[in-house]
Amino acid sequence: MRITQGTFSFLPDLSDPEIRAQIDYALDQGWAIGVEHTDDPHPRNFYWEMWGNPMFDLRDAAGVMGELAACRRAHPHVYIRLSAFDSVRGFETTRLSFIVQRPVDEPGFHLKRHEMEGRHIQYTLESYAAAAPEGRRYQE
Amino acid sequence: MADLALDPSGPGARGPGTPGPGEIPAGVDVQALSADTHIGEVLDELDRELIGLRPVKGRVRDIAALLLIERARKEVGLAAGSPSLHMSFTGNPGTGKTTVAMRMAQILHRLGYVRRGHVVAVTRDDLVGQYIGHTAPKTREVLKKAMGGVLFIDEAYYLYRPENERDYGQEAIEILLQVMENQRDDLVVILAGYRDRMETFFRSNPGLSSRIAHHLDFPDYSPQELEAIASRMLESMQYRLSSSGASALRDYIPLRMRQEHFANARSMRNALDRARLRQANRLIARSGSKLTREELMTIEGEDIRSSRVFARGDP
Repeated sequence: MRITQGTFSFLPDLSDPEIRAQIDYALDQGWAIGVEHTDDPHPRNFYWEMWGNPMFDLRDAAGVMGELAACRRAHPHVYIRLSAFDSVRGFETTRLSFIVQRPVDEPGFHLKRHEMEGRHIQYTLESYAAAAPEGRRYQE
Repeated sequence: MADLALDPSGPGARGPGTPGPGEIPAGVDVQALSADTHIGEVLDELDRELIGLRPVKGRVRDIAALLLIERARKEVGLAAGSPSLHMSFTGNPGTGKTTVAMRMAQILHRLGYVRRGHVVAVTRDDLVGQYIGHTAPKTREVLKKAMGGVLFIDEAYYLYRPENERDYGQEAIEILLQVMENQRDDLVVILAGYRDRMETFFRSNPGLSSRIAHHLDFPDYSPQELEAIASRMLESMQYRLSSSGASALRDYIPLRMRQEHFANARSMRNALDRARLRQANRLIARSGSKLTREELMTIEGEDIRSSRVFARGDP
């Protein structure tokens, strides 16, 4: 199951020139770009691992592309996303975030129904991949 | 891709020198290209606004011409290997190295050699860390910020400290070298510093020297040029010299040049700042009638002549 998260999630995966163009756009807006990766892509998992600090004061996409390439080399089989942080007062939040790498095989999620009293049902989403221990979830 | 290979006007289907009806034109109008990039304006501005520095300006023009031709070659589909444009600026303090670096970034940007055209000016402190493992991330951080523009390393020889073999400067140099070689399209590195010390630095780092295509030497200014620089500075600050002020300045320059710590244009700026201080004092002391616009603008001979430089006299 192809995971859709963040901006452009219903488009085909962006190519490198397209990613570069998006980074350039974000930098022109004055946003700082961070590279993050995770092997637990649950939609409620907001805490992806950071690949280095968010990159403030960049002017050109080449720096981010370099970090992204390094992150891909170190973690070839997990999800990687870029997020653009706007530090302007009032926003102070992520303005743009999109996935730039995904595992080849995405097993998807299992929907667990938990019967409560009075035929009330509680739902839980569980990633099949997350059943394996951390670091062994997506491998070639 | 398959379509392209079948297209007879594709680049592969044609020998060199026989342009087909495709998008690649047979000739290119360099004049139009030059006008298009407004490169002439930037070069003229350089000529107009910077006094002296003839050899430097000549070299900048050469580089601009090379880049323009390189662009023209690309347009007609000739091989256009992007030339290496890392530079070293050597010269005494205050000869305009930083100013020219800013202009250089502008020129390279206009000609499409760098994407953004900003200048990141750093010194040893910004590149070299304080403990093991600190240098590499620090240097990379700076390099990332400079991508798409120009990295200006002032007093570059401080990076290399032969007297301490465990100095982390060497690590910074190695990372720098790697990026200078592999990411030539992403940034231009300019190393700057005093002539003799830069020469020693390059001698002990031959790898660095060989990756720098352009060594620009900034000559010292002559007294006439310094005078022109000073009046240019005053003009920009909306001051002017009275005739006695002008002659005082003319006497001042050779005296100052003979004294220690002379830093060309920077010394001129400092001298003018002190003259403004004295002018302000003089105007305040002369309490009484209202100050005219003229008085507020004028620097008199006495403002310059009361300088320490005159008191010390001729050695």
